[in-house]
Amino acid sequence: MVETSPQPGPLIRARGLRKCFGAFTAVDGVDFEVAPGEAFGFLGPNGAGKTSTMRMIGTVSPVTSGELTVFGLDPARHGAAIRARLGVVPQADTLDNEISVLENLMIYGRYFDLSWAESRRRAKELLDFVQLTERSNDKVEPLSGGMKRRLVIARALINEPSLLLLDEPTTGLDPQARHLLWDRLYRLKQRGVTLCLTTHYMDEAEQLCDRLVVMDQAHIVAEGSPRELIDRYVTKEVLELRFRRAENETDDSLQLDGKLDGLADRVEQLPDRVLVYTADGEAAAAAAYERGLRPASVLVRRSSLEDVFLSLTGRSLVE
Amino acid sequence: MTVLGLRPARFGTIASRRSLRFLEHDLLVFRRGWFNYLLSGLSQPFLYLVAMGIGLGLYVNRNGGTPGGVPYIDYIAPALLVTQAMMAAAFESAWPIMAKINWDKIYDAALSTPLEPMDLLLGDLMWIAFRTTLLSTLFLVVIVALGAAASPLVVFAVPIAVLTAIAFAAPIMAFTATQQTDGGLNAVFRFGITPLFLFSGTFFPVEKLPLFLQPVAWVTPLYHGVAAARALALGQVEPVGMTVHVAALLVVVLLGIAAGRKAFIRRLVV
Repeated sequence: MVETSPQPGPLIRARGLRKCFGAFTAVDGVDFEVAPGEAFGFLGPNGAGKTSTMRMIGTVSPVTSGELTVFGLDPARHGAAIRARLGVVPQADTLDNEISVLENLMIYGRYFDLSWAESRRRAKELLDFVQLTERSNDKVEPLSGGMKRRLVIARALINEPSLLLLDEPTTGLDPQARHLLWDRLYRLKQRGVTLCLTTHYMDEAEQLCDRLVVMDQAHIVAEGSPRELIDRYVTKEVLELRFRRAENETDDSLQLDGKLDGLADRVEQLPDRVLVYTADGEAAAAAAYERGLRPASVLVRRSSLEDVFLSLTGRSLVE
Repeated sequence: MTVLGLRPARFGTIASRRSLRFLEHDLLVFRRGWFNYLLSGLSQPFLYLVAMGIGLGLYVNRNGGTPGGVPYIDYIAPALLVTQAMMAAAFESAWPIMAKINWDKIYDAALSTPLEPMDLLLGDLMWIAFRTTLLSTLFLVVIVALGAAASPLVVFAVPIAVLTAIAFAAPIMAFTATQQTDGGLNAVFRFGITPLFLFSGTFFPVEKLPLFLQPVAWVTPLYHGVAAARALALGQVEPVGMTVHVAALLVVVLLGIAAGRKAFIRRLVV
């Protein structure tokens, strides 16, 4: 259904890209490239500049300075031509509550200059793809959050885009709805649609992205595949220790008295637990016990992008 | 050549086709409510004309009547036709536009397609023109049915009403695009539309206003719309006066579109 013609060079290319709102700098000189067929992610907390970057790529927000090309075109001069080949899934649903599910898709097809007949044909096909066929003639309002997201994705596909921009596609959805959505996005990727998405969920980035950049405070702080980033910035395993706090203990740091020193590559203290980065979590747990630490709970797990983010910024991803 | 920042080529070709696409959106919404709309489009003028034209008219006609001695219902019918179009246009360019910008973000969704802010502005203005054409035509039907027009020229009161409607819609849409909440929209009605409805020569001649208020009436589009529609309905058209009225309305429309373009881009392209 959706095809990408072979592209000379990257689909999106940014060099020193900046976005300012008055005195506030939302995106501060970022460089990245997205290749055809790739699933590319922007991972970062709220306010990192992900949405501003996406809006510039979507040509709805003017670039303050730096270079940006989409399909090799300049957004400032060829906005409409770029948008004709883009699919956009915005953070808010922006569906029309006054018309039916099917009509929401059909009128969107008309905005892309499709005939009514072609709009209807594609709309029906897409409703089938996102499993909403039986809701075709319903209004939008009674749909669940997950259904609305799927409808927005269907709408974004009406012009058979070669590049799909998704701004936090699963924020606010329950686990089941998220998995259904991921499945549909994965199928699109299989068909050759380039995906470019933002997320503050590390599991989403790990599931969907071939490659990603980590954004924090308007900057890109790291780039690579999920596996590469984990290998580069954190150890293979993490030992999580939780301690029962004494009643009078009010400050943030737990009193470890240096008992973990030299035990691991890195130790990160969070308000509620201690993360010990090590190649062998079990061994580190045993060593900590030998040194007289008595944690209330012990967990050994594989490192994740969350740990990458923590190691890069000293803060956790979802506050 | 550039008029008010609108390049004629773009205005005429690309933008007009794309703005028609957005007009289709509004018509799709309208399709769901057209019957109620027609019903109120017929009953409103009927009620107004019976209550004010016939009821109140009884006293007016008995006590010296209107300037020129025309029956009161003939005097107010074309004026009410125009004010009704103004009211509808003012409403349509306030809350529904606020919803499209702020509440439902229909505009944001449309701007992710090849449509541009100007297409949305023109599309919605065409929608208001369509809606007020329909409304004014229904009003005309009631006027003719009640025998409240002296001249067949009254049919041209419909385009005058639509022009007046757009003269209100364009600047109010521009204003709406500058607002974050609907508080300002209420103010437009309270301090703008309602006083205009009462004091722009609808129910009594502007010459009866205090002297210092008369120039205020002259610069409002409603005054020109009412005066033009009334002249047509009564068959008392003066070429110079009519030209001034239509020109005044056209100037407000063009200024309003220019202001709307600026406000829409400032609001929607950030």
